[in-house]
Amino acid sequence: MKDLSGAQTVIEAKGVGLVFETGDGPLQALKDISLTIERGEFVSFIGPSGCGKTTLLRAIAALEYPNEGTLTVNGMPPDKARQSRAYGYVFQAAGLYPWRTIAGNVQLPLEIMGFSRAERAERVARVLKLVDLDGFGKKFPWQLSGGMQQRASIARALAFDADILLMDEPFGALDEIVRDRLNEELLKLWAATSKTIGFVTHSIPEAVYLSTKIVVMSPRPGRITDVIESTLPRERPLDIRDSAEFLEIAHRVREGLRAGHAYD
Amino acid sequence: MRSVLPILTVVLAIIVLWYGATVALNAQWTRDQAARAGVEVGFSEIVRDTLAQTRPKLPAPHQVAAELYQSTWVEEVFGRRGIVATGTLSNRSLIYHGWVTLSATMLGFAFGTGLGILLAIGIVHSRAMDMSFMPWAIASQTVPILAIAPMVIVVLASIGIKGLIPKAIIAAYLSFFPVLVGMVKGFRAPDAMQLDLLRTYSASRARTFWQLRLPSSVPYLFASLKVGIAAALVGTIVGELPAGASAGLGARLLSGSYYGQTIQIWAALLAAATLAAGLVVIVGAIERVVLGRMGMRS
Repeated sequence: MKDLSGAQTVIEAKGVGLVFETGDGPLQALKDISLTIERGEFVSFIGPSGCGKTTLLRAIAALEYPNEGTLTVNGMPPDKARQSRAYGYVFQAAGLYPWRTIAGNVQLPLEIMGFSRAERAERVARVLKLVDLDGFGKKFPWQLSGGMQQRASIARALAFDADILLMDEPFGALDEIVRDRLNEELLKLWAATSKTIGFVTHSIPEAVYLSTKIVVMSPRPGRITDVIESTLPRERPLDIRDSAEFLEIAHRVREGLRAGHAYD
Repeated sequence: MRSVLPILTVVLAIIVLWYGATVALNAQWTRDQAARAGVEVGFSEIVRDTLAQTRPKLPAPHQVAAELYQSTWVEEVFGRRGIVATGTLSNRSLIYHGWVTLSATMLGFAFGTGLGILLAIGIVHSRAMDMSFMPWAIASQTVPILAIAPMVIVVLASIGIKGLIPKAIIAAYLSFFPVLVGMVKGFRAPDAMQLDLLRTYSASRARTFWQLRLPSSVPYLFASLKVGIAAALVGTIVGELPAGASAGLGARLLSGSYYGQTIQIWAALLAAATLAAGLVVIVGAIERVVLGRMGMRS
């Protein structure tokens, strides 16, 4: 899957459409989505609720199945990619099992995927360190703050070394101060692991701060209105958010969102 | 123990009401006796007599307490057939009858719980079973147990099954239902997100059951078990009523009502209530330990 520039295509959508059968008749959740994501990119999906950003992420994860077009992950159909452990998924809520310790929660996918006991222990220790939770393995989820629980759930998604990390508004339920810190840590993590990240959000600053590519979407039917390649450097301190360049990109995202709404 | 005071208050109130009801209900008999003998009775005499009749409509609390003491401690320790004299429990003691009832209750409860959990697993995993079985399970509970119990006893006796098993089957019949309903709810307790998480790991249905559905259902299990164990006790006692069972609290109730021994009936009733309360408390204690260990404080 190499193109001329030598970049590797990880996720490719061509004319993807998805219809939900609801009680009120069919609902066009996604329409004519075409998108290419290269290895190592940090891609944000932003848009108002109902624009299909979560549905698109779920389709990539083979949690939903498109009705039209083609969607490939690592050159495979999404369910094949899932079976080959292509991605780790982080949900809006941490969803840790209260009856397992933090280490127990992080090794849940490893148990299911049949890793040996020794390898599980080694991997759990490594990813807990990666999300800055070493020493918390023996704690139970209720003993941790919301932000720490979400970090544990990211560790769980990283534990089996998938190349792709899909995140569905992972920090949406956290307060802004914690969210800033986790955004900063997520960028460090991304730099350290060189994973491809798909990130759903409805926060413009979050999308601009994190992403190398911002996909702006609009509702009814869910479609892409703009794809913005970020010109910000990969190294991003928090105060980059006050730079003119940052504000310019944020402005373009806002314009894209507004354009989407003009159809209403 | 902050909970002791409210409980004592309630117990005290019940005893006061009970004494009042004893006087009120038994007074008629006292007046009739006095009228027949041609004597006038005053209020204090009525009260004294109503609290000490041998076959009162409603025995006084102290009469029931005395009967309980007589038919447990005194019977076993000093009685001719007691455990001290013979080494086996006396068939006149409530401990013996309580044990007979308890053993059938526990067997039936184990049966019913197992059946309820198995059916719940089937219903959660098979839509066909969900559609076909649930209405029958609900219908089974609308049939009065008093109508079914004699038939179960008679039919099983005709094929040579007597004693513990028929009673346990009736107990299971009553106790499987709360467990079934609770566990269907419990196995379905994990939300869509938690199920999706396991789908992202391509986890099998068996994995999903053991890792997610089963642990999630534990709080529901204990709530159901508390209802189920009390229902099992009721089922056992009902199973002891027909066909002249000779042992068990139900048999005690029946023989009491044959011979008009209201004090004996009430003593057996109280023993049954105490047994039920004790069983529920034990389930509750296990619940606290298990949920505490699982990091889910109830």
